[in-house]
Amino acid sequence: MFDFSPPLIDWMTIAPLIAVALTGLIALMVEVMMPKRTNGGIIGVSLVGLAVAGGLLINNLSMPNSETFSGMALRDHFGTLLQLLLVVTCGLSILFSEGYLREKRIPFGEFYPLLLWSTMGAMIMCMTRNLLMLFLGVEVLSISLYVLAGMSRSEERSEESAMKYFLLGAFASAFLLFGISFVYGATGTLQLASISEAWTSGGISSQALLLFGFGLIMVGLSFKSGFVPFHQWTPDVYQGAPTNVTAFMAVGSKVAAIAAVWRVFEGFQIMSDYWIPIMSWVAILTMSVGNLIALLQKDVKRILGYSSIAHAGYILVAILAHYKNPQAVGFNTVFYYLLSYALMTLGSFAVISLTAHSGREGTMLSDLNGMWKRAPFAAASLIVFMASLVGIPPTSGFVGKFLIFSDALQAGLTPLAMVLAVNSIISVYYYVGIAHATVVAEEKRPGKSGRPTFGLNSTCLLCTVGVFGAAIFYSPLMNFLQGR
Amino acid sequence: MQGVPLFAYIALALFMFTVGTVGVIIRRNPIVIFMCVELMLNAVNLTFLAFARYMPAMALQHNAAQRAQSQMAGQMMVIFVMAVAAAEVAVGLGIIMAIYRLRENIDIDELNLLKG
Repeated sequence: MFDFSPPLIDWMTIAPLIAVALTGLIALMVEVMMPKRTNGGIIGVSLVGLAVAGGLLINNLSMPNSETFSGMALRDHFGTLLQLLLVVTCGLSILFSEGYLREKRIPFGEFYPLLLWSTMGAMIMCMTRNLLMLFLGVEVLSISLYVLAGMSRSEERSEESAMKYFLLGAFASAFLLFGISFVYGATGTLQLASISEAWTSGGISSQALLLFGFGLIMVGLSFKSGFVPFHQWTPDVYQGAPTNVTAFMAVGSKVAAIAAVWRVFEGFQIMSDYWIPIMSWVAILTMSVGNLIALLQKDVKRILGYSSIAHAGYILVAILAHYKNPQAVGFNTVFYYLLSYALMTLGSFAVISLTAHSGREGTMLSDLNGMWKRAPFAAASLIVFMASLVGIPPTSGFVGKFLIFSDALQAGLTPLAMVLAVNSIISVYYYVGIAHATVVAEEKRPGKSGRPTFGLNSTCLLCTVGVFGAAIFYSPLMNFLQGR
Repeated sequence: MQGVPLFAYIALALFMFTVGTVGVIIRRNPIVIFMCVELMLNAVNLTFLAFARYMPAMALQHNAAQRAQSQMAGQMMVIFVMAVAAAEVAVGLGIIMAIYRLRENIDIDELNLLKG
């Protein structure tokens, strides 16, 4: 009488996710079992778990696209590549964290499990077209990051940034959810794929519901990805949070938010006549405001915060180019730019974390003075990252910007391409300022800074190699992205 | 269908959401701000439940099973929203506690170290 057959589940799709979550749990167990003196065991476990997850993802890359769990988990090329990027980001952040946490006198082992779970949330956002899963991914990512941002409990700046991040994050989630509820009202499901059917077959009322819902969802996601006019929290939170957390926040949560924006645009593609003009203005504002305010800043972490806003604007141009002309422009540009953004931003924050010394940390430009003498390798790699952020060949930042520029022209978004070019020129000023403070400027009094650890040097080395490698091996990489 | 129309629920939800948004913007105490966010989340829950009950997207559901599945999706979403809100409260109050320990004052106008 009770006829129920369990649905077939493709476990390989979510295996990387499970690997990361389990690694977090095991790392927490290791923290409980081991004496407090060293976090080496936790780091080892975390890196091994991330390597397993990475292996599973590479295996997934060669498998066909599919959906499982009634359309809640999705395996496609774009999502899998972004998940791989997130796993790499998490690994690189873990590598340089230990030395920084020791210098800052906050050597809590809980950092590593929380970072892993945050990565898991970001991965969920990349692998779903279901609005419930999207919401859960956002929350898993954000709740872990709220805790991490306030990890330096005795420091008022850190607590203040955690509070700001928390209040604005919860506020943004409410907008996202309200939008989802209206989309649900119009379609009767939580699947993004059902929107186009509801738009064509529904009447004027369901079209109104969809437009309203889309607007609210985009407000929520703009908060998360730092698009103007919802960007104000970004520099404050980036400045106050511990630098290794900032590094992950700037890269991991931005990659995940961009993935979510991509998926939502994909679902709402049928209405693109309505939103492409509005989002183009958002892109113009995001690029210009980010770069112009960055010119006035004196704090390195704030500068990089505004620079991350500007880069979000560049990526939005690439996304819009795809949805303006989906046949001609693929996802390669977005992925390539995210990859190069991840490497150069993570590397820059890793080098800046060297200013922490005996529980104190200065992040003003003048605190970088003399870095050249104290940590020559790290300082040299910072120059490379700055060159890449500006977009000087032969770095991946140049190739990425060039790709976005040509995509925008190809899709007929010439004004956006022009604004991008102008903004790249404006941004030279503040990036050169950072490089100048590191190498040229004399220190007024002999400064102190942390000793670069092996982990930090390897993060810098890997990021530098990546920044050059992605540019030099551009065509094999592109072939790989297209699945050839 | 008899009783309160769908429009009334949506209007109430919109009103609650607006009150919550205005509250977040004008209030200065983080606990009150957080209560306003909770009000916004309750507006969301009300919207989901009203849509699940009245199903304005009836044209897309071709049979009773599909309709039941649709209703379930909205009601499940409400459960998840409540669970996530509870987790957020735990973390948020923890952060507020940490700030209170540092400075014995949680007014957000006094949180002005980060600017520029």
